[in-house]
Formats: sequence, structure tokens, C-alpha cells
Amino acid sequence: MNSCASPSDNRVDTADLARRIRKDVLRMVHRTRASHVGSCFSMADMMAVLYGRCLRIDPLHPDAADRDRVVVSKGHAAAAVYATLANRGFFPLEWLDHYTENGGLLAGHASHNVPGIELSTGSLGHGLSVGTGMALAARVQQSERRTFVVLSDGECDEGSIWEAALFAGHHGLDNLTVLVDYNKIQSFGRVADILRLEPFADKWRSFGWAVREVDGHDHAALAETLESLPLSAGQPGVLLCHTVKGKGVSFMEDQMVWHYKSPNDEQLAQALRELENAR
Amino acid sequence: MRNAFVDELCRIARERKDVVLLTGDLGFSVLEKFAEEFPERYFNVGIAEQNMAGMAAGLALSGLTVVTYSIANFAIVRCLEQVRNDICYHGGAVIVVSVGTGVAYGSQGYTHHGIEDMAFTRVLPNMAVIAPGDPVETRHGLRALVERGGPGSLRLGRGGEPVLHDPETFRWTFGKAVPLIAPQSVTFLSTGVILGEVLAAADLLQRQGIAAGVLSMPSVEPLDVEAVIAAARHARLLITVEEHVREGGFGGAVAEIVAGLPAPRARLIRTGIARNTAKIVGDQAFLRRTNGIDAASLAALVEGEMAAFVAVENNT
Ligand SMILES: Cc1ncc(C[n+]2csc(CCOP(=O)(O)OP(=O)(O)O)c2C)c(N)n1
Repeated sequence: MNSCASPSDNRVDTADLARRIRKDVLRMVHRTRASHVGSCFSMADMMAVLYGRCLRIDPLHPDAADRDRVVVSKGHAAAAVYATLANRGFFPLEWLDHYTENGGLLAGHASHNVPGIELSTGSLGHGLSVGTGMALAARVQQSERRTFVVLSDGECDEGSIWEAALFAGHHGLDNLTVLVDYNKIQSFGRVADILRLEPFADKWRSFGWAVREVDGHDHAALAETLESLPLSAGQPGVLLCHTVKGKGVSFMEDQMVWHYKSPNDEQLAQALRELENAR
Repeated sequence: MRNAFVDELCRIARERKDVVLLTGDLGFSVLEKFAEEFPERYFNVGIAEQNMAGMAAGLALSGLTVVTYSIANFAIVRCLEQVRNDICYHGGAVIVVSVGTGVAYGSQGYTHHGIEDMAFTRVLPNMAVIAPGDPVETRHGLRALVERGGPGSLRLGRGGEPVLHDPETFRWTFGKAVPLIAPQSVTFLSTGVILGEVLAAADLLQRQGIAAGVLSMPSVEPLDVEAVIAAARHARLLITVEEHVREGGFGGAVAEIVAGLPAPRARLIRTGIARNTAKIVGDQAFLRRTNGIDAASLAALVEGEMAAFVAVENNT
């Protein structure tokens, strides 16, 4: 038996969770003048569905041996990771008020010193290799646990992503699932203008992966897919989650500048209002 | 510092048609100037630093002078073997520019701290390692690296660093130390953006009646061996300061020289980032303080050492 709580024990309203994540992120980046709010918002729904419904995890036992493993490889979206974990009870919500504080725990990039975080990330392109190792370990140890890796689209420029993809495909690691936050924008321009990924699904398929394309903001679609894993027995799976950078706040959506900017007081108020009105 | 870098690079690119810039998807609000003026010599290669370094080698081996640009470790550590084999071993004219080195990215965390790179780069074949102390040294360092040809690492801050030299009168010979305050019985040897703290420490000491010399040493490799030897002979106490781990980098390079000198020679204290402090979260000023390389800590260190000297002298 799995020592973690079963998913049915701890399901939450994922729409509510996603809203909380976005609001907490807004307050965190506003207070600290931090970047990457757009990066957090494009994956907020994926995080809400994963943590709110699908993962076999127990916030009270974040080190349980057979917990599912999650690696958020796009570590610059740490604020969203922290907000997710705090809202799921891995640590007190109050800690979010100390994001990036001197002498604190919550670094600006995802840190494994924080309960619930498996891997410190921030240098892009590391997460899939480590996640592949975790999935391989589960096979060696004959554990039922599963590994989930969240990648950004820009980081798929990195060769290391494709080295791991080759290995996982070759070894048929069907306990490994990747979610790509395909928001079409990277640091210094649009993905399509910098390095084309398309035909993206074909690339993964040709590496031996089962591919599903989903709307990364559609909770029902995400949940349905994530609740029927593996996508294909004997193959690692990838969800290409079509998303919008800055999703949820009109003036942030699909704008590269919100990779960098943090909202001023007025923008914060408007953004919070929009999130509230979207109920 | 980033702006001084890109301004100087544009100036150089106007003079030399062989200069090409590659970026690993970074440089928002910095590199646009170059991209707009020289679109045919500017490439965003994507978030793919290993490929960027390898391609830079290919461009250089075909006769171009290449500048690669990314932040902290990504420009150099991520692709260290491409830098070592393809660039350095072959001696290609590639200048690897890292912005936000040291702990400039502060609370962004350990993944963004460029604090070990000099321990790798300064031992590579043909590699010059330049860590400018201010925007003026940045301009001169870049120009000198381009003129020298061959591989170079240029370690920059993040932006907003104070100008510490008079840009009109500043002159620099590649590889040489820059004396800011002539060597004294206590002399600081500083490399990189920590220079501002070192000058402030000298100022604090001055007010305590302790004269401290300050040499800025932007060139870690080649090191100005003569300047180190002269300072070690003249001073009782030499203190190296760098925003980098204390081992293997600038302090390590100075220690290699000083250890080989016959007595009498200065006692050497290396300061920098302590290893195994990666867990600590904090901004640049906080991390400098935690590691004892802010002005007040450096001044206190010297005062303590001077008191100890006096005590020893009184006992003999
Ligand atoms: C190895 C590496 N190179 C460069 C960076 C700097 N960087 C931070 S975020 C980012 C790109 C952001 O775009 P994307 O990866 O698509 O993520 P998004 O924020 O759009 O989800 C870059 C280049 C990094 N963190 N790691």
C-alpha cells in the first residue's frame, strides 16, 4: 500500500487553489519587487490540478518514502511553487510573507531547503535529467511512486532536456510524466522567433514519448489526463500544456515585459480585483 | 557595469567588423543597442549555453572575434567543457561575459551565485580571467581582451556599480594591477566588484589612523606577479578580497605566489565567500556581511590583526 494519502482523501477545489496561488504570488512579487510573475501565472493552473487532485502526497509527511516526486525545473517560478505548497499545508502560509527575506528560507529560485521541494532549480534544463533518475530509481526499487517534471518551453532549448528524453524513451519509463508550460514566450522574445520548437509533439513522439496536447488552463482537461496515467503503457508521457504567460490578469497576459516587471500598488489592486471577479 | 560593457562593445564593433555577439536568451534592456545596430552580427542562440560556447569556438576558429553573454554560471560553468576544449585548448578568440557574478543575484539563491568560476577558469590554457572593479575597468578590460585575441572570461556585476576611476585619465595595461592607494604595511588586494567595499574599508581605517593600501587587480589570470611580490615584501599584512569562494580563485592565485617567497614577507589573509553557506538566503549586502567582506567587517579584521601585531611586539 502507498504510505501517502490517496488522492481522494485530499482533493480540493482546484479553481479556488489556483486563485489563491495567483493572489499569493502577486503579493509576494509586489512586496519584493521580484520578477517572473508571468512565469508563475502560466503554470498556476497546472500546479493547482497536480497538487489539488492528482498527486499522491501528504503535506504532513513530505519525506514519505513512496510519495510522488515533483520537480519544477523552471525554478524561476518559485513564488508559484511556494504558494502552492503553503496553500496545501506543507508549511504555514505566513512563510510567504518572508519570501526572499534576508536570513529566511524561501530563496528567489525554488530551493530544496523548503518542505515539499525535491530539487533546487533555477538553472534551466536540469529538471528532466534528475526526474528521469528519480523515475529510474522507482523502477529499480519496485516502487509505485510516480515522477512529475514541470518544464518551461524555453528550457527545451537545452540539449540536456533531449538527452534525458532519449534515455526515458529508450527505457520506457512510463512512471515519468512531463508537463511543459508551453506559454510561447521566453526571456528575450517569443519561442517561435528565437528557436522554433514546432513540430513540438512530433519531436517528443520521435523520442519514444506518448504525447497529449491540452489547454493548460482547463482544469477538467488537465485532471482527466493526469488521472489516467500513464498516457501509454511502456512509454514516458508528456503533456504539452498550451498556456498564456501572465494568465489571469488582463494586462499581464502574453507580454514579455511581465517576465521582469513587478506590479506597482495600483496594478496590484487591479490584478487582485480581476482575479476576484473571475469567480 | 552591464551598460558600460554594451556601450564599449558597440564602439568596438564599429571599429572591427569581425566582432560577433551571442546571447543565451538574456540581455533584456541591455543588449538591444547592439542588436539594433548590428543585427547581422547578433544572435540569440536560445537557452542553450553548451551550444553557444561550441558555436563560439566554431566562429572563432573561422576568424571571427566572439563575445558570448549570459548570467552568472550559465555563461561559463554550464558549458565548462566546451569552454575548456573547444575554446581554450584551440585558443579561439572568444570572450565569455558573465553578468551578475559573485552574489549579485543575492536572494535569488545558490543557483544564481557565480562564486566558484575563477577556480575553474584561471587554470585553463590560454584563458585570461578579468574581473573588473567598476564600469571603467569594465570598458578597459573588454577592449584589452578583444585586442589580445584568444579566450577570455569577463566577470561583471549586475548593474548600478559605482564608478571608482576617472574615466578620462584611467589607463590600463593588460594584466597589471591598478594601485588606488599605494601599498602600506596593510594592503588590500581586491578583484571584481567588491572594490567599492574595499575602498570604503580603507576609508574607515584611515579614520582610525590606520593607513591601508588598495590595489585593484582586475586581471586574475594573468596575475600581476610583480605587484603581488612587491606588496608582499613591503607589507606586514596582505588581504585578498573577492566575491568568490576563498579557495581556488584570486586569493588562491595570490597565495601560490606569496607561499614561494622567502621571509620576510607579509602574512596573507584570504577573504571571500565561505563554502557551505549556500543555504543562507539574502541580498548581496547581507551575504557580503555574512561572509565578512563588507567594508565594516574588512576594517574590523584589519584592526584585530593590527592589535595582535602590537601585542606580539610588546612581548618581544
Ligand atoms: C541555464 C539557464 N540559462 C539562462 C537562464 C536565465 N533565464 C531565466 S528564465 C529564462 C527563460 C524564461 O522563459 P521560459 O524558459 O520559456 O520560461 P517561462 O518563464 O516562459 O515559463 C531564462 C533564459 C536560466 N535561469 N538558466
